[in-house]
Order: sequence, then structure tokens, then C-alpha cells
Amino acid sequence: MMAAFSPAVLARRAAVPRKYVPVLVTACLFAAMFAAGGVRYEGFVTGQVVLNVFIDNAFLLVVAVGMTFVILTGGIDLSVGSVVALSTMISASLLAGGSWPAPAVMVLVLAIGTVLGLAMGAIIHYFEIQPFIVTLAGMFLARGLCYTIGTESISITDPTFTALAQTRIDLFAEMWISPSVLIGLVVVLAAAYVLHYTRLGRNVYAVGGGEQSALLMGLPVARTKIAVYGISGFCSALGGLLLSFYMLSGYGLHAVGMELDAIAAVVIGGTLLTGGSGYLLGTVLGVLVLGLIQTIISFEGTLSSWWTKIFIGLLLFAFILLQRLISGRSK
Amino acid sequence: MAQPAPIVRMRGIGKQFPGVVALDGVDFRLLPGEVHALMGENGAGKSTLIKVLTGVYGIDAGSIELEGRPVAFSGPLEAQRAGISTVYQEVNLCTNLSVAENVFIGREPRRLGRIRWREMRRRAAALMARLEIDVDVTAPLSSYSLAVQQMVAIARAVDVDAKVLILDEPTSSLDAGEVAQLFRIMRRLKGEGIAILFVSHFLDQVYEIADRMTVLRNGRLVGEYRTAELPQVELVAKMIGRELADLERLEERPPAREGAPLLEARELGRAGAIEPFTLTIRRGEVVGLAGLLGSGRTEAARLLFGADRAGTGTLTVDGRQVALRTPRAAVRHKIAFCSENRRAEGLIPGLTVRENLILALQAARGWTRPLSRRRQEELVGRYVAALNIRPADPDQLIENLSGGNQQKVMLARWLILQPRLLILDEPTRGIDVGAKAEIQRLVAELSDDGMAVLFISAELEEVLRLSHRVGVLRDRRLVAALDNDDELTTEALMETIASGGRA
Repeated sequence: MMAAFSPAVLARRAAVPRKYVPVLVTACLFAAMFAAGGVRYEGFVTGQVVLNVFIDNAFLLVVAVGMTFVILTGGIDLSVGSVVALSTMISASLLAGGSWPAPAVMVLVLAIGTVLGLAMGAIIHYFEIQPFIVTLAGMFLARGLCYTIGTESISITDPTFTALAQTRIDLFAEMWISPSVLIGLVVVLAAAYVLHYTRLGRNVYAVGGGEQSALLMGLPVARTKIAVYGISGFCSALGGLLLSFYMLSGYGLHAVGMELDAIAAVVIGGTLLTGGSGYLLGTVLGVLVLGLIQTIISFEGTLSSWWTKIFIGLLLFAFILLQRLISGRSK
Repeated sequence: MAQPAPIVRMRGIGKQFPGVVALDGVDFRLLPGEVHALMGENGAGKSTLIKVLTGVYGIDAGSIELEGRPVAFSGPLEAQRAGISTVYQEVNLCTNLSVAENVFIGREPRRLGRIRWREMRRRAAALMARLEIDVDVTAPLSSYSLAVQQMVAIARAVDVDAKVLILDEPTSSLDAGEVAQLFRIMRRLKGEGIAILFVSHFLDQVYEIADRMTVLRNGRLVGEYRTAELPQVELVAKMIGRELADLERLEERPPAREGAPLLEARELGRAGAIEPFTLTIRRGEVVGLAGLLGSGRTEAARLLFGADRAGTGTLTVDGRQVALRTPRAAVRHKIAFCSENRRAEGLIPGLTVRENLILALQAARGWTRPLSRRRQEELVGRYVAALNIRPADPDQLIENLSGGNQQKVMLARWLILQPRLLILDEPTRGIDVGAKAEIQRLVAELSDDGMAVLFISAELEEVLRLSHRVGVLRDRRLVAALDNDDELTTEALMETIASGGRA
């Protein structure tokens, strides 16, 4: 935990704007974990280890991007894990039926996720219900729908999906990534552009900073709030497609608890749960930190995978306290 | 002297709410390039008139013209597009965004949908320079004081090509220096031909800045006057519509108290909040705390009440040393604290007057010993009558009361406990002249009956009028404790605040 706090102290002295401190802390944490892994395990400090983290977590990255939008407005989306599972299930069952071509399946899945998100956003805004409750309902609904399609795992044999699953995009020095990583990075870049360079993005921050103020400044609050849940729904559906490439199956028990991983990644990435403050780069780093914990534990070999949860739990405590310190001092 | 044509003209405005006539045949005009003060007690119809003008409410009678054309706005946004911008008492900006964004959000300069940050910052910097506001436009708004935030709100308002700027109590939470800065900006805008409608409870400020004023009382127009031609006393008389004997009685200074010390703070302090200070409050004594906003007035009071824990020093009550670690402990010693932030820290808006009144008493008794309904009603009835709380309906929701009456309910809540020391933090801020006089008179009466009062106020006149002694704070330090004798004037107080000690 020393690594987590010393950069904050440094940043204050070195006059880094306070808003960058959380992202910086996460970056330092990632670097420290990477270095620690390198000291402890042979063959750890290679580019491919980092790339593998991306490959194994591309779906989480995409889902966390959507979650970042929602959390920036001060909301929360608990339905993402279930929507991911629903997406794998719809894909697998339609492809197994054989009458649907792969591209059509993808478009349909993305449309379903987006519509589901927009619907939840509309309910949240127009009926003034807490996002927690509405998306909790969405979570049960989507998970339940999985089982109306089938209770067993359905494997995917479609050539397009298997090709996307098995293709290796070679980089230099024998390093490679999967197409999913590429998709994930495109999503990250597009989302960063939207957040920073478009009115929608700035409105997201404004709504998170104060919904009432944003309304009085004449900003389209309704449209913004509904849009972020739509974006989150889209990202969940896309994350579901990436997970289908990764698992080559659809199953109602896929991605159980992924909403919590996504929230954890966003928070570890330095985004305030109260909204209005945070960066997409932080979310990427948050996902990387979560992935790296898993990698270290698999390198360790003897540790049970439940240690991942323990570390994530401790990290979350540390980061929430850090946020408290930062926002407390700025008053 | 030929007057320019009015930019806003309202004729015979009538507005009714269920059971209340809020406005009745009010005429109002606003000339370009003037600062026009809208005066009246709370409930006189000032806010309603502003809301009618900006389209928050529709009108039941009369007509509104903007630049000679009849208008009826559907809401503040439409009014803003037509050139009427409003800046409210609470700053409605997003403090997590940068200054530049707060000025431009919603109308950022763009190219192909991409926000041009550099252009936006350049324009924001130019606007701030024009208004002589010294800020870094890239810094988050939260890094600036409320005063600067207010000015940024004004900058946002005038940048949308405003013809009319409505400032609804912009100064109520600013200190003297910040008010001066705000006035400089108002004069500049006035020079550019913008008509400014200004609402404030501070008469001195109105006389400093306003060219003309319109006085309302009970939803009716009393008249329109040139500020220079209407003496303050007459203005107050017109606003409250009754004789000023109450106010004037208080002009006499209270005689000094010689009672035994009730509470003594010795080197009491808390790092980062207030430096160690020593202060004695006697029975029946009113001790005023004067100082600029942020000088540590509230922080000192919070230590005496145990709302914050003191880092250093000792506190004695009745000669015995006590440790006030929580407000509950203070209440047990019969110390009461009426917070300046009555909305956030005091009243519970969803409860009735009666429920709000008995809250502190019930808390002091403990929840296992509920007050009987009859006892409640008896107590509430007594205090509602004693403090002249209006409407005198104990089952009215507190949020429906005016600011002044809410303040009285807060006061009554503590008075029910029959405290020996009553700490009042800005009890008269943002309330109307009539209620102000009533609260001041109440403080004087309570002190005559032997209650000690610690009175915190930004208005030096008020502090001098009520206090037996005055503590002066500056930069989180108690720099002087002065007896309120004939030599102590507001000028002397201001000098002490400015110099940090008696010259």
C-alpha cells in the first residue's frame, strides 16, 4: 500500500493538478505490481504478459468503458454482467439455429443491449428512480431471459466467430494480440474522444457535477442521462460478443458478477462514484490492474484464485480512502 | 433629462397561487444601463415578479414587453435566449468543470462536432479580462471562492448577449472585499448598456450600487424611486409599512454586564480551523463576533458547541472544566447553537413547524420519553406566538415558510430547551427587515432575562447594536475583544479587522 500513497504525496509537492492524481496513483500501482512480478517470477517482464492481460480482459475493458460513462454522471449500472450473458446466449442460440448469418447476429445483439440500456435510462430519468434499483431490475430481467433461451451452455461453431476467436494479430518481436483487443482499444479511443471532445461528453461531466446546475445551465440533462445508459448497454452487448469469441459458447452463467468487476475497475481507475470526475485512461489502468492481479496469482501457482477477490477488495478500500482524502482536501 | 425607452416594461401584473395573491397590479420598468433594485420584505412578491419575468410562472393578468414587443416566455431558457439572464443566490454551475467550460458549456465553439478547447479557453480568458476577473480559466471552478464562482456565473450570463441581467441576492454570502469586486463588475456591465435588476437585503449595498428602486409590499407596488431621493429610513418604512420604533429602540447601546462568567474558553483552538483563543461570556451578556467571511467566526462557535473537537485549550462552564466532545454534551450544559446554514444543518424541510420545533427538546429527553401531544401543542403554541411565526399554523410544512420565519422556528427550537448560552450564527442573513428587527429585539430581551448570547454576524451595525462586547476575528485568529462603549464604531471595528489589532 506504500506504493499507493507515496505518489499522492509526491504529486502535491510536484504540483500535478489534483484531478490527475488518482490516475497517476493507479499508473504507479500498475508499474509497481509489474516490477514486483518481474523481481519475483522469471519470464514475467515481457510485453506479452501485458498483452495477455488485454487479451484475457478485452470484454471487461469494453464493459468498464460503458460503466465509466454511467458512473461519471453519478449513476450506476448493475445490469451489465447479465446483459453480457444475455448477449452470449442470444448469439449462441441464433448461430446454433443456423438461419442467421454472423453479422446479422452481431447487429441484433448490439441493438438489444442498446435498447435495454436506453429503456433503463428513460425509466431512471422520467420516473426519477434510483439507478441502483432500475438496473438491479434490469440485471434480474436479463439474467432471467438467458434461461428462457436455454439452461445449458450452447457452444458456438460459426466460422466467423471461431475465426475471430482464433486469429492472432502479430506485432513485432513475436508479440501478438487478438481481434478483441483491437476492438477494445478502438472502443476506448472512441469513448475518450466522445468524453473529451464532444458536447455529449462534456454534458456527462456536467450532469455528474450537479444535475440541478446542469439543468439550470440549459443542458440537455434528460438526453445525456438516457444516453449514458444506452452507451453502457451497447458496451455490455459488445462485451458479450467479445466474451462469445473468447469462450466460444453462450451460457446463462457467463459473466456472473462482472458488473462488480467493472465497477471496481472504474473506481480503481480513479473515477469518483459520486460522478463528475475521472478519466477513461484510469479505467483502462483499472482493468489492467485487475488483470495483472490474476496474472500474478497464476504465476504464483499455489494460491487459490479467490486471492484475486481479496486483493481487489483491499485495493478498493485503499482507493476509496484515497478518493476521500483527495476530495476532502480540495474543500 | 430624457430617459431612454425601457427595455423591460411590465404592466398591471397579477399572479395568484391557491389561496394567495402573490402579485396584484404591479407595474415595473427597467431602463437600459441602470442598476435597479427590487425592494421588499420576504413575501412581498420580489421572487414572484422575477419568476414571472423569466417565464418560470405564467401571469394571470397584465402584460410584459421586452424592447417594446410583448413577450411571454415558457421558461428561463427561452428568456435567456431573448437576452434575460438570471444569476441566483446559490451558484448554479458545475464546480467539477473548469472555469472556461462553465462559461461556455452548451455553446462550446466547435468544428465538425469537435470541441475547440484552445478557442474556448482563449475566449473565456478574454471575457474574464474584460470583466476584470482574475482567474485561471483552465482551473476547476471548485478551486475558487464562492464570490469568484458567482462572478463566473455572471460572466456566463452576460456572454450570451444579455440585455437584462437579474441578480437575485448575489451578495448574501460574500464578504466586503468580494462585494466591492462584484459591484465593479456590475458598474462595468451597466456602462455597456446592460440593465441590471438587483435584489438584496443589504440596504447599504443597495444605496451604493442602485440608480433606482421599485418597492413592493404584500404583492402590491408601493412605488418607484430614485435611490438618491429616498432616504434609507423612508425606504424601510415603505417596505415594512409601519413605524420604525422597534428598530430605533435598539439604536441605544446595551449597558455593560457585570454578571459571573458563564463560559470561559482558554487557549481553545483547532488546527486548520481557528488558532487558540481566549474568550469569556458572562450571564446575560451578548458577545458579538465580527470578522470577514472565512475569518474563523463559525469555526470558533463550533468549538464552543462541541460540533468540532478542540485540539488545544480548556473550556470551563460555571467555573468547572468541561470537555465538549459532541453537540449532545453541549446541550447537556444548556448551550444551544443556531447554525448559519439553516437549510442544510438545521431544519428538516419535510416536517411540520411543530415537529421541527420540538425536535431538539425531544432529542434532549431521549426517544424513550415522548412528549405528549398536549404538551407539544402547548409549547409550540407559546413559541409560535412569542416569536410571531407566520403563518401561525403548527401543522404547516416548514418548507412553505419564508426564510425569516424558518429562522424563527430554528430559534424557537433552541429556546424551548431554555439554554443558558445561545450561539447564533448569522441569524439574520437573507431575511427581511421586519423579521430581522424581531430577531434583534428577541436577542435583546433574552439577554435582559439573563441568557448569554454569542452573536455572529457579517453586519457590523447589527453586531454593535446588540453586543455588550465584540470579539474581532481575522485570518482565523481572535485579534481583539473590545467593550462596546461609545468609542467603538463600525469604522473602528473595520479598522481592527483590517489592521489585525487595535492601532
